[in-house]
Amino acid sequence: MIPAEFEYVAPTSVEEAVRALTEAGEDAKVLAGGQSLIPVLRMRLAAPNVVVDLSNLSELTGVRDDGDSLLIGAMTTHYEVQRDHLVHDHARLLALATDEVADPQVRHRGTFGGALAHADPAGDLPAPALAMDATMIIVGPGGRREVPAAEFFVDYFTTVLEPNDVLVDIRVPKLTGWSAHYEKFNRVAQAWSIVAVAAAVRVSDGTIAEARVALTNMGPTPVRAHGVEEALVGQPATAESINAAAARAAEGTNPTTDGNADAEFRSHLARVLTGRAITAAVGA
Amino acid sequence: MTATVEPEIGKARLRKEDARLITGDTRWTDNIQMAGMLHMAVLRSPMAHARITSVDVTAAAAMPGVLLVLTGEDVAEEQGSLPCAWPITEDMLAPPAPSLAVGEVNFAGEGVAVVIARSDYEAHDALAAIDVEYDELPVVLDMKAALADGADLVHPDLGTNKSATWVFDSAEAGTGSDVDQAIADAEVTVTRTFRQQRLIPAFMEPRSVVVDPGGGSITMWSATQVPHILRWMLAAVLGIPEHKVRVIAPDVGGGFGGKLQVTPEEVLTLLVARRLGKPVKWTESRTESMLSAHHGRDQVQELTITARRDGTVTGLKVDLLADMGAYLRLVTPGVPILGAFMFNAIYKFPAYRFTCVNVFTNKVPTDAYRGAGRPEATFAIERMMDELAAELGVEPMELRRKNWIKHEEFPFTTVCGLTYDSGNYEAATDRAMELFGYEELRREQARRRESGDPVQLGIGISTFTEMCGLAPSRVLGSLRYGAGGWEHAAIRMLPTGKVELITGTSPHGQGHETAWSQIVADRLGVPFEDVEVLHGDTQSSHKGMDSYGSRSLAVGGTAIVLAADKVLAKARTLAAHLMECSESDVDFSNGQFSVRGTGTSTALTDVVLAAHVAHNLPDGMEPGMDAESTFDPTNFSFPHGTHLCATEVDTETGAVKIHSYVCVDDIGEVVNPLIVEGQVHGGLAQGIAQALFEEAVHDESGTLTTATLADYLVPTAADLPHFTTDRTVTPADSNPLGVKGVGEAGTIASTPAVVNAIIDAVRHLGVTDVEMPCTPMRVWKAVHEGKERGVPTTPVAAGGLGSIDAQGGAE
Amino acid sequence: MRITVNVDGVGYTDDVEPRTLLVHYLRERLGKTGTVVGCDTSNCGACTVHLDGHSVKSCSVFAVQADRHEVTTIEGLARDGKLHPVQRAFHENHALQCGFCTPGMIMQSLDLIADHPDPDEETVRKGLEGNLCRCTGYQNIVKAVRDAAHHMRPGAGPEAEQVTEETRSPSHAGGGE
Ligand SMILES: Cc1cc2nc3c(=O)[nH]c(=O)nc-3n(C[C@H](O)[C@H](O)[C@H](O)COP(=O)(O)OP(=O)(O)OC[C@H]3O[C@@H](n4cnc5c(N)ncnc54)[C@H](O)[C@@H]3O)c2cc1C
Ligand code: FES
Ligand code: FES
Repeated sequence: MIPAEFEYVAPTSVEEAVRALTEAGEDAKVLAGGQSLIPVLRMRLAAPNVVVDLSNLSELTGVRDDGDSLLIGAMTTHYEVQRDHLVHDHARLLALATDEVADPQVRHRGTFGGALAHADPAGDLPAPALAMDATMIIVGPGGRREVPAAEFFVDYFTTVLEPNDVLVDIRVPKLTGWSAHYEKFNRVAQAWSIVAVAAAVRVSDGTIAEARVALTNMGPTPVRAHGVEEALVGQPATAESINAAAARAAEGTNPTTDGNADAEFRSHLARVLTGRAITAAVGA
Repeated sequence: MTATVEPEIGKARLRKEDARLITGDTRWTDNIQMAGMLHMAVLRSPMAHARITSVDVTAAAAMPGVLLVLTGEDVAEEQGSLPCAWPITEDMLAPPAPSLAVGEVNFAGEGVAVVIARSDYEAHDALAAIDVEYDELPVVLDMKAALADGADLVHPDLGTNKSATWVFDSAEAGTGSDVDQAIADAEVTVTRTFRQQRLIPAFMEPRSVVVDPGGGSITMWSATQVPHILRWMLAAVLGIPEHKVRVIAPDVGGGFGGKLQVTPEEVLTLLVARRLGKPVKWTESRTESMLSAHHGRDQVQELTITARRDGTVTGLKVDLLADMGAYLRLVTPGVPILGAFMFNAIYKFPAYRFTCVNVFTNKVPTDAYRGAGRPEATFAIERMMDELAAELGVEPMELRRKNWIKHEEFPFTTVCGLTYDSGNYEAATDRAMELFGYEELRREQARRRESGDPVQLGIGISTFTEMCGLAPSRVLGSLRYGAGGWEHAAIRMLPTGKVELITGTSPHGQGHETAWSQIVADRLGVPFEDVEVLHGDTQSSHKGMDSYGSRSLAVGGTAIVLAADKVLAKARTLAAHLMECSESDVDFSNGQFSVRGTGTSTALTDVVLAAHVAHNLPDGMEPGMDAESTFDPTNFSFPHGTHLCATEVDTETGAVKIHSYVCVDDIGEVVNPLIVEGQVHGGLAQGIAQALFEEAVHDESGTLTTATLADYLVPTAADLPHFTTDRTVTPADSNPLGVKGVGEAGTIASTPAVVNAIIDAVRHLGVTDVEMPCTPMRVWKAVHEGKERGVPTTPVAAGGLGSIDAQGGAE
Repeated sequence: MRITVNVDGVGYTDDVEPRTLLVHYLRERLGKTGTVVGCDTSNCGACTVHLDGHSVKSCSVFAVQADRHEVTTIEGLARDGKLHPVQRAFHENHALQCGFCTPGMIMQSLDLIADHPDPDEETVRKGLEGNLCRCTGYQNIVKAVRDAAHHMRPGAGPEAEQVTEETRSPSHAGGGE
C-alpha cells in the first residue's frame, strides 16, 4: 500500500518545526519515528498535506540528568531508552515497559515522544509515564508549556497536543531504588497489550512505603490505579496484602470490548496482572 | 569418476535453491521489470452485499499517468466466469463468477474497477478518485441462518443458499453397515459440535501477476502453485488458444493451497495487457490478499460417535455445513469432500455416514488451505476420541489403541472403501510416548491437579492419518473432479553428461530442485550437482498437474523414477551394443555399465554421448537418450503419525503455553530428511496457529476485521515451542520409492493435539470444549463458567493416572 | 526531493517523491529486489535492512529519511562471492523454504547477533519477533542464528572479521552491551 502525496519538511530547529506546522494548519502531521504514522499513511487512514519530520532535531534526542528528574528527549528511540544507564538506574519501570514495545526493528526507529503523542490506549508507554508522574514539555506557537501526564492523555489517540505543538521533552521524576515491573498480556509476541500493568513500589523494611500503579488499555487513556496504591501503602510486601490490594485494580476503569477481550475479561485481567506485577516488582 | 558413494536417496542434502534465496538474487514475480510496463490496481468493494448503482471513473481516468480505467460493465463480455473444476454433484448450484463485479458485489473485497497507470503509485492515487454508489442488500453470514426458511439470499437467482449436498453412506456403498442402526443399538453415544474457524493461508509473498502480450502470444508470470492448470483454465475461460498462452511460475513465496487458484486478477491483468498491447503488472498489498485471496476451512461439524461400554467404536455420523463464501472457485466445493474419507481415520468403524451441505455466504470464497478437508476431519475425530474416552472414563491413548488398525491388519480396507496399504500405528505411538515422557507428564499433571496449581497441565493426543498423493485419476473422475491426478517427468541427457530434469510439479518452497536431483542422481548414478531441475514454465515443462495435496513426491517423484528407468533401459541396450555383449549380461551401478564376469565397462555418460552423436547405434534405435514418463497412481498414500502435546493452561488468565510437543511421523521412505523435517516444522506451526491464534473474523456487516497481519495473528518465533520430531518408516506400497508425502502432515495432526491438551488440562474444572482459536478469553470463560456451573470434578474423565485409579477400584 | 544514499557501499543520488517508501526506492529505483514487501502494517519484517548499522523495516521509513545515511541490504552481505556467516548458517541449517522471509530474517539476525553475541534460544526467538515466516515454523531459523553467532565469535576465524566491519557504524559503536 502506498501513502497519498504530501509535502515534506525537515526543520532543523523546534521553532522552525512549529512554524512549519502552523503554516500548514490542520493538515500537517509531525513525523517522529514513523512507526505508527507511516503504516497509517500507507493504509491511507490519514492523508496530511504536509509532513514535518523531526529527525534532524538532534536536541530532542537523549536522556539528561536534571537533579530530581530525568529529561528524556521526545525523539529518543525506544532502543536508546532501553539501554540508557540513567533510565536503568532511575526509571526502571520505563526501561522494562520499553522492552515490551513492538519488536527490535520498530524499537530502532520508534520514539518515546511519538509513543506518548500517538496515545494509543494499548500503547505500552503512556501507563508508565502516568505511573511515574511524568511531565510533558511542549513547544507551540505560544511558547513552552508543561503538562502533567495525568492531564496529557485526553481520549483514544487524543492528547492535549494541538496540531502545531511539538512534544520536545518528557520530565520523569526519579524513582531511584524503587522496584518495578511491567506486566504485559497479549496473544502473540509482536502484539499490543490487551491489558498491561505498570507498577513501581518502594519497599522499606518489608513494608510498602510508596506505590505507583497504572494500567494500559483499561479505558481510552491510561488509568492510574489509585485504589490499589492506597491499599498497598503501609502493608507488608507479602502475597496476601498484594493480592488484596490488586482486587481493586479495575476500580474507575472503563475497558472496551474487542475481539481479544470483553470488558469483563479485561477487568479480571487487570486484577490478576496487577497482583502479578506488584509481586514481581517486590520479588514476593 | 561419476560414481556416487552414499546412496543419494535418504541423504540430508543442503538445498540447491538456497543460493539465490539467501543472497537476494531472487526472481519473484514482483521483481520483473519490462520496458513500457504498466501497473494495475484494483478497487475493491467495502460492502459485503450490494447492488452497484453507479460507477463514475471520469476523475480517475483524467489523473496523471492513468491509461485506462475499467469497470465490471466494461469487461463483462470478455471476462467470462472464473472456473470451478469440481462440481461435486450433478445438481450443484454455481453462480456465475465474474472477475470484476457486474451490477452486484457479493463479498467485501470483490473487485469493482481497475486502474492501469504508468506507476503503481499513480494507479493507487487514481483508485481513490473512483466514485462508486452502492445500494445495500441484506448480508448473509451465518450458515445455519442461511439455510433457514425465508433466509436472505446471496444469489437470489439460485433460489437458495444451498449449493449442494453430498453424502457418503457406508451401508449404501456396501463398505460398512448402517449408522442409524449403530446409534439405535449403542451402549454409549457422544455428540459434539465443533467449529472449524475460517483461516487465511497467509503465504508470505503477496500474489503478483505480470502479463506480456507481445510477440503474438501471451506470457504470464504469476505467483501461482499451478502454472499448468492456470494455462489450461485461462484458455478455457477466455477462449484464447491454449498454444498462444505461456505461464511461468518463477520463484514463488509459499502457497499452502492459497495459490492453488485461477484468480480474478490473473484474468484481469491478461485482459488489460491484451487490450493495451503493453506488459502489465499487478501486485497485491497484504490487505488485498487478506480480503480477496481465498480463505480456508470454515465448517460447522456435528458428530455422533457410538461405542460399546468396553470402548469398541461402533459407528460414526458426521454432518457438516461448509461455507463456500460467495462463489465457487477452482476446487471450493470439493475441499470438504476431501475430508469425507478421513473422519474414520485410523479406526475400525463398522458404520459411517457423512453428509455435507455446501452453503453460500457473503464472504470471500473458501478453497484449498494446507490439508484441505483433511485437517478438519482429523480435528473432529481426534477431538471425539478424547470426548469418548472421557465419557467412558478410559485413558485416551488406550481407547485409540483398542480401535485402531493393527499393523498386522494391513492392507486394510476402511469403512469408506479406501485401502490403506501400510502403516504401523503402534510403533509410531510407542516412540512418541517415549520421547514425550508420557507417564511422567501424567504424574506431573496429577500433582498439579491435586495441589490446585493455577497453571494446570494437559496432554493432547492426535493419532492421525491422511490420504495424500493426489490422486488416482479414476478416483478423481468418480468424485466428479475436472482433471486427472497423474504427473509427468522428462529427462534430457545432455551430450556432456549433464542432466536436465523437467517436472510437472511446481515447487514454491518445497525444495524440489534438491530432492528431484537426488532421485535422478540416485537412479542414474550421476553427480547430484550435474542435475538441473526445470519447472514452473509451461514452455519448458509442458505437461503437469502442479503441486498441492502432498502429491509432488509420491506422484511426481515416481514419474521421475519411471523416466529414469526408461533412460537406463535404452542406455543398457546401447551399452550392450557398444561393448558387444548380450544385454542380459550388462550390469549397471554407480553410473557404470559393466559386462558381468569381465573387466569391460563403460560409463553412462559415454553411452549418452554415443547416443547423441549416433555414429554407432543398433539398427532402428533413435539418436539421443531422452525419456519421459507420466505416472498415474493406483492408490492414495497414507502417511500417519502420533503427535503429543503438553500445554500449560493458566486458569487465572486463560493463557495457554505449549510445554512440549513431540511428533513421530511415518511418511514412508524419505528422500531428504532435512527437507522432511522442515516440512513437519512448518506444518506444525500452521496447525498450532489454528488451535491458538488465527481466525478470519467478520463483523455483522460482513467486513473482514482481521485484514492485516496486525489483526490476523500469524505466530512469531517467540510464540512457538521447540518441536521434537522423529520418524518411523513403513514404506508405501503404492509407488516404487515407497514414499507417502509430508507436506500436510504437521498441519493436519497438530491442531487437535493442542486443543485436546487444553481440554485435558481443565476438564476436571468442567470444561468439555473451547472453540478455536483457543484465545485466553475463551479458555478463561470456559474455566470460569465450568466452575460456576459447579460441574463436579470427575477424575475418571480427566485421563491420566487419576482416571486409571478411579477406574481400577476407587468405587 | 533530491537525496543521496549509500546503499551496499555505492552512493546514489536521486530525485524522489517524499512519500516514496525506502523499500520501494530500493526495489524500483535501485533494482535491489532482494529486499521484499510482505505487508502494509510493519508486521512481517520481510523488508528489513540496516540503516546506519541498525535493523529497520524499510517499508516504515521514507526514502527521504535515508538521505545522507547508509543502507545495507541482503545484497550487500556477501563479500567477494563469499557468503556472510549468517547466510551460510541459514543454508546449512535449512532455515528457509520459500525464502521470501529470508532476506529480512538474515538482516534481523545480524542485528540480533550484534547485540547478543551468544544468544540462547529464547533470546533468538524474542529477537526475531518482528519477522514472520510462514514456512519453517522457525525452529531451523533459531538453530541457524545460534550457529552463526557461534561462528562469528571473536577468534572464530576469518569470517568473524567480516562481521565486525558490517555490524555497527561508528556513530553507534559502544551502543552494545
Ligand atoms: C509492528 C509494530 C508493533 C508495535 N507494537 C507496539 C507495542 O506493543 N506497544 C507500543 O507501545 N507500541 C507499539 N508500536 C508502536 C511504536 O511504539 C511506535 O514507535 C510509537 O507508537 C510511535 O512512535 P513513533 O516515534 O514511531 O511516532 P510516529 O509514528 O512518527 O508518530 C505517531 C503520532 O504521534 C505524533 N507525534 C510523534 N512525535 C511527536 C512529537 N514529538 N510531538 C508531537 N506529535 C508527535 C505524530 O504526528 C503521529 O500522529 C508498534 C509499532 C509497530 C509498527
Ligand atoms: S513489508 Fe515491512 S514489515 Fe512487512
Ligand atoms: S521461508 Fe517461506 S516465509 Fe519463511
